[in-house]
Amino acid sequence: MGKKTPLYLSHLAANAKMVDFAGWDMPLHYGSQVQEHHYVRRDAGMFDVSHMTIVDVKGQDVIAYLHYLLANNIDKLIPGKAFYTCMLNNQGGVVDDLIVYKIADDFYRLVVNSATRDKDLNWLNEHAKKYTIMLEERTDLAILAIQGCKVKNKITAIFNPEDLRSILALKPFHFVTIDSFFIARTGYTGEDGFEIIVPAKAVSALWERLITAQIHPCGLGARDTLRLEAGLNLYGTDMDEKVTPLESNLGWTVAWEPKERHFIGRQALEKQQQQGVTCSLVGLILRESGVLRNHQKVKIEGGGEGEITSGSFSPTLNKGIALARVPITIGTECQVEIRGKQHTAQVIKPPFVRQGQINEMIID
Amino acid sequence: MNNVPKSLQYSKTHEWVRRDDDLFTIGITDHAQAMLGHLVYVELPEPESNLEVGQECAVVESVKAAADVYSPVSGEVVEINEALLETPQLINEDPYGKGWLFRIRPYENEALKLLNSEQYLKQVVSEAH
Repeated sequence: MGKKTPLYLSHLAANAKMVDFAGWDMPLHYGSQVQEHHYVRRDAGMFDVSHMTIVDVKGQDVIAYLHYLLANNIDKLIPGKAFYTCMLNNQGGVVDDLIVYKIADDFYRLVVNSATRDKDLNWLNEHAKKYTIMLEERTDLAILAIQGCKVKNKITAIFNPEDLRSILALKPFHFVTIDSFFIARTGYTGEDGFEIIVPAKAVSALWERLITAQIHPCGLGARDTLRLEAGLNLYGTDMDEKVTPLESNLGWTVAWEPKERHFIGRQALEKQQQQGVTCSLVGLILRESGVLRNHQKVKIEGGGEGEITSGSFSPTLNKGIALARVPITIGTECQVEIRGKQHTAQVIKPPFVRQGQINEMIID
Repeated sequence: MNNVPKSLQYSKTHEWVRRDDDLFTIGITDHAQAMLGHLVYVELPEPESNLEVGQECAVVESVKAAADVYSPVSGEVVEINEALLETPQLINEDPYGKGWLFRIRPYENEALKLLNSEQYLKQVVSEAH
């Protein structure tokens, strides 16, 4: 028996097919993974992501601590704003990726992956020793992600007009706290929407209200194809401690300025940049029909090989798509080996689909 | 419980076989399609190719998984269901009808070692526990 989120019974009531995910009993789908994918691209869907780990960081040294811990620079944040970043090891490898919310000058909230919870907490605690800060894992909270182009219309019945105004006014990666609700305009699908952090005991009631508002429950299956279409990396699959953000299409999350800010992994990244980054994470679209899968081999023109890190089928494009780590010399086409045969794939810079729009570089 | 027609025979690897005069029609069971979910891609055997019992001869892929199909009968492939190449979901919608995969002319003296519906159902139930 795995760990259960506060919405476990709600999932069963919605006919979820439950699977193990990092020790949690989580919904894979509620009937059709593909239909749920389309709900988010064309309408509105919601995901229980309460298995993710929330860590609050408070105290007088919190700025110095996060300056040292994160590859992105928290000086970019003001209260009410969040960003995406990696925390790196000394070799520049990715320990985890996370969202950091600035609540106050001495109070930040981190949301890290559940699959890496133990490792992350050890890492956070280990580096906290030199600082006057307090770390608190918030197991008392649950997270719902509501995502899709029609989310904004559908939540009008759920919040009072004043609260609704402040929610709808949120810019991407901004958040607002309303009573015990922490509402951020963030997500992992490439569509507009919100992630709502609420007390665990309040989440079932919120779930019911969102269902009444015609926001469809969606499982981890759809979440994976949505994030892949959106070109968003999955930790442990597209990146891990053996690769750097520069090799993972995440160079934009590394804050090089100011030069004096010493963060874990900086030296290694600088060295890698000087010597030249040799591989990158790109998007592949299979030309013929078929499905791309993790670990399939990629061959590039003029020699050189890479590997698919996340392969699947895009319900929006109706084609096999993938993220692949390949030599940077790759051109606009490559060959993928599927069951011993070579198949041509187009190479693009992700995303494949964002905000309902197909990347215009993709050849039909 | 998934649909397991009494009129068909089954393999342990979730294929079904229907005898139509001197040909056998082959597909995957309702249980198999339900386990895979929404199918998005199908690879079928070459027409006129020869298959042995247990040989990998087709692939059905859903978003989450790819599954090999094993020929439940030895013989020559005489027809494939080309409609599946465009619309793999026919297998989800009608696994024993429009979702058939291919037809095979069995070798002479081919003794079938297949399950009846009751035996297959028992196997599905035991796999679930």
